[in-house]
Amino acid sequence: MATYTLMRSSLGLLHGLKCSFKSVGQIPYTGVLTQSKVLQNARCYSVSHLSVQERIEKKRKAALTGGGQLRIAAQHKRGKLTARERLELLLDPDSFVEYDMFVEHRCSDFGMEADHNKYPGDSVVTGQGRINGRLVYVFSQDFTVFGGSLSGAHAQKVCKIMDQAMMVGAPVIGLNDSGGARIQEGVESLAGYADIFLRNVMASGVVPQISLIMGPCAGGAVYSPALTDFTFMVKDTSYLFITGPDVVKSVTNEDVTQEELGGAKTHTTVSGVAHRAFENDIDALLNLRDFFNFLPLSNKDPAPVTECHDPRDRLVPGLDTIVPFESTKAYDMLDIVHGIVDEREFFEIMPNYAKNIVVGFARMNGRTVGIVGNQPKVASGCLDINSSVKGARFVRFCDAFNIPIITFVDVPGFLPGTAQEYGGIIRHGAKLLYAFAEATVPKITVITRKAYGGAYDVMSSKHLRGDVNYAWPSAEVAVMGAKGAVQIIFRGKENQAEAEAEYVEKFANPFPAAVRGFVDDIIQPSTTRKRICRDLEVLASKKQTNPWKKHANIPL
Amino acid sequence: MQRCGVIICRYSTVYDPNEKTFDKILIANRGEIACRVIKTCKKMGIKTVAVHSDVDSSAVHVKMADEAVCVGPAPTSKSYLNMDAIMNAIKQTGAQAVHPGYGFLSENKEFAKRLEAEGVTFIGPDTHAIQAMGDKIESKLIAKAAKVNTIPGFDGVVKDAEEAVKIAGEIGYPVMIKASAGGGGKGMRIAWNDEETREGFRFSSQEAASSFGDDRLLIEKFIDNPRHIEIQVLADKHGNALWLNERECSIQRRNQKVVEEAPSTFLDPDTRRAMGEQAVSLAKAVKYSSAGTVEFLVDTKKNFYFLEMNTRLQVEHPITECITGLDLVQQMILIAKGYKLQQKQSDIPINGWAIESRVYAEDPYKSFGLPSIGRLSQYQEPLDLPNVRVDSGIQEGSDISIYYDPMISKLVTYGKTREEALKKMEEALDNYVIRGVTHNIPLLREIIVHPRFVSGDISTKFLPEVYPDGFKGHMLTAGERRELLATAAALYVAAQLRSQKFLGDLRVSIVPAESRQWELCVELDQGVHMLGVSRSGNNYTVSKIVQNITSHFKLRVLSKLAAYLSKHMPEKIPEDTSSILRSPMPGSVVAVSVKPGDNVAEGQEICVIEAMKMQNSMTAAKTAKVKSVHCKAGDTVGEGDLLVELE
Repeated sequence: MATYTLMRSSLGLLHGLKCSFKSVGQIPYTGVLTQSKVLQNARCYSVSHLSVQERIEKKRKAALTGGGQLRIAAQHKRGKLTARERLELLLDPDSFVEYDMFVEHRCSDFGMEADHNKYPGDSVVTGQGRINGRLVYVFSQDFTVFGGSLSGAHAQKVCKIMDQAMMVGAPVIGLNDSGGARIQEGVESLAGYADIFLRNVMASGVVPQISLIMGPCAGGAVYSPALTDFTFMVKDTSYLFITGPDVVKSVTNEDVTQEELGGAKTHTTVSGVAHRAFENDIDALLNLRDFFNFLPLSNKDPAPVTECHDPRDRLVPGLDTIVPFESTKAYDMLDIVHGIVDEREFFEIMPNYAKNIVVGFARMNGRTVGIVGNQPKVASGCLDINSSVKGARFVRFCDAFNIPIITFVDVPGFLPGTAQEYGGIIRHGAKLLYAFAEATVPKITVITRKAYGGAYDVMSSKHLRGDVNYAWPSAEVAVMGAKGAVQIIFRGKENQAEAEAEYVEKFANPFPAAVRGFVDDIIQPSTTRKRICRDLEVLASKKQTNPWKKHANIPL
Repeated sequence: MQRCGVIICRYSTVYDPNEKTFDKILIANRGEIACRVIKTCKKMGIKTVAVHSDVDSSAVHVKMADEAVCVGPAPTSKSYLNMDAIMNAIKQTGAQAVHPGYGFLSENKEFAKRLEAEGVTFIGPDTHAIQAMGDKIESKLIAKAAKVNTIPGFDGVVKDAEEAVKIAGEIGYPVMIKASAGGGGKGMRIAWNDEETREGFRFSSQEAASSFGDDRLLIEKFIDNPRHIEIQVLADKHGNALWLNERECSIQRRNQKVVEEAPSTFLDPDTRRAMGEQAVSLAKAVKYSSAGTVEFLVDTKKNFYFLEMNTRLQVEHPITECITGLDLVQQMILIAKGYKLQQKQSDIPINGWAIESRVYAEDPYKSFGLPSIGRLSQYQEPLDLPNVRVDSGIQEGSDISIYYDPMISKLVTYGKTREEALKKMEEALDNYVIRGVTHNIPLLREIIVHPRFVSGDISTKFLPEVYPDGFKGHMLTAGERRELLATAAALYVAAQLRSQKFLGDLRVSIVPAESRQWELCVELDQGVHMLGVSRSGNNYTVSKIVQNITSHFKLRVLSKLAAYLSKHMPEKIPEDTSSILRSPMPGSVVAVSVKPGDNVAEGQEICVIEAMKMQNSMTAAKTAKVKSVHCKAGDTVGEGDLLVELE
């Protein structure tokens, strides 16, 4: 088979490969996890006659089994992994360093003080580890201990690693799987939530924070993920809502299932609360590892650069024909993005929400970049409330963490209509404008086709401090499309068709913008990758600061 | 950029620019055939004019031609079949002659007549021959008169379904119902009983109407298990005619050719001569001039029956060019100008062997190929190999749309022997890079190495016989499986190592996992394979884009831990497909036969989808009540779109 031969010749590795091919039904695993196979009653002991060393061993063993084998089996039966299994998958092998394994809850009401109600480590596993060698702080809520409910001790553990993450300058990843507050602890539990919220806010813009919802997350608990930079969910097994279906029924008399109310589909398509959903725990954790590689560790670090095997000066001939001849015909902006970025690899954020704008991470010559693009395939790529908010939040994340922004513009304008106006498109559209304007990271803009009206200004235009602004030959930078413009300029005139042709000749091309220097160059689409790579190289040392302020006041 | 390269290493033809023919030729076609004609025109020093629809404005044939004229919007009836617009384009550009390619207006006598009236040369036969051979009923009568063997059947137009049933009864089942004006398998149905005859009649007449604007049908005896072998003829305006040997076109799906070769393994010199002579006598009988093809069905006893004559250049003409050394387009142009044929029958050689694979944008796992559409995100023809010819009219970035034929290219390989040509084809298919659309290379690759094909034991039923349950992809041998698993594991490790490499100054140092050994589980098909990889050297770099060769295999490589934990992952419940009907391909809805609340029986027609001019009947998978209908006639649907839900 020729391909294999091809690959073999290019992979010296294969020559040294000695594999034994055994087909096995089940994978016998004899790693760290065997420790969790200790007896179910390991926690039930009397401490009096044991030495300290023995007590340490016993406690450690107990901590590793969490809520015990029965509850672990129940967790597995729900299609979910345990808190520790999740960390094993997320982090590099043997890299996890656990904190606070001996912490226990301090509640003494409702019989909670009894020995059998104490679990070493309580309902969360915390610590630090490595993802592809890079430092990360993690907490993983343990549903097998009191349903992962948040006690004072639980919150204290989470706060501890968050504080250290801030000091060191490394991201925090939270794996959420919790039934909510530890009701037995009352206000202490609420205080715990607030402590975490405060730290989420303090860490915002300092280190990247990622939440992966892998089970229930309800009530006040939802605000921690909401405050983090990215919220991912696991399909079918995770839920996020303020109040569950029962309360909804009693208050508003609506019949709704958990899945409909706060499942992954709802939050990735309707509410825009979650940024992406994955098939199952394993899929989610492996994807999270890939995603993590795009992010810098903190706001003090530049965007990461990895080894790149895609030539920086690669021409993309397909781009020369991608924009259809008729300006009313749609094309897929993702085709442009895939063609330009390294190895066609694009990690899209919110792929199923506000699809008229495309945002996500990719690499250019190995360096992480944020991609923003209007999507002509959906609603002609217009800007509306949801797409503005989606774009704005993404742009602000990139700016906060030194990730250059590449913007592909094909926008016919803001979406008209009462729904949009009543919904506050003015206020929300301003967010995107604000985000692009305040951003000081390298900003490269490519106008592929339409750049009409106010939306042209918004989309990282020269006027908002775009560093390099390109136009493709198919670009049309104008106040509006020919038809509408002619109706205003030549109102009442006989020969509308002729006037339209004149307008098209004058404005439906890149020249009006190019002669004024609003675009730096008109480029052949196939050379776009080459140019962007070159520009990013130059802009890597860009320094730009905004005036001093306590903080800016984005129109929320 | 001339990506649609016609590299014909084997032409023995001399192109003499002083040989006066035409100054400018308009090519009334698109895609690969337009490019093919332009190529020869350039060699002959003739200026070319391309016509195109608006969506084709940046197509390869437009870029290759000296001039281009837009003749209308995307639908063929408004552009490539729009005679008024094409006549205007001729006037506007001053073209002296028109090459029609195949399909579209190539066998349209009206078009030929209008050209004649304007004093423009039609590069093809006279209107008389087009008319006579274009009508299957008339052509059969002429063939009989010219002492050409014909299939028993009904020599007249069938009025309605009931008459069709009656005639079918007289001839005896199985029968073939086909469009009188048709060709290329369109409007053609085989019926084995009365009910199928009725249904076939309805479909064929609809299809014939939409494809040819002529819904007349005829019926004939269907010859079971035949080969499809055709003779290329070349005739001038002075009564000379030659036969350029045969093409074996038996590998077909739904009556459309997939793999062709010249010569055929089946013909002996006597049969070849007999067929050739009958073909020439038919050409002479209709005073044929230009290149034409006489198609025959050949049964297992080497009896051959006239099927039809195509009065145009055939899709598969390159294989004849390869073995004869003639440039058929050049010959057509010379003949059209009135030149006499330079060759005698004894000058026509069979040099070597040529194979053609039709590379289509279609999903071979669905009925051996349902159209797929999309944008060619990556496209690389295997032209760096010797003795490979690729006729195509697309390039990286081109769109394969629902409006036109889904053919990507014709891949032709040549060798001194059949084995050599086949070997070359294998290599060429393996090196062909197509991304962005589903294509049929996996199927082509399987056909050309199948023992039955290699031994020449083929018939038009080859595909359904070899793959009775449909094409399922390549079956891996033990060695291939090992190699595939090892490759997957190696790639996984290479990717793992690479994802730990961060460049530049780092504030927080990196602690890469210092692995020298990996334990992996590779999931392939249903099996799980445990692999160990140990490190041998520091540089693992995959430097070449690796294209699939045969079929796509779903491989998943997991660390041992991830594989071990996989058993806890919930099973995803697949959609109950018996109660929903999804469109198997992109196309447009022609008719919806049910409405919500109707009761349908299993196998009952629910709606009809038309794609690339083929009508496909969608039937109910079970007996049930219709819950909802999500499409209506005229809708454009994409692959996987929900059409109808049953309760």
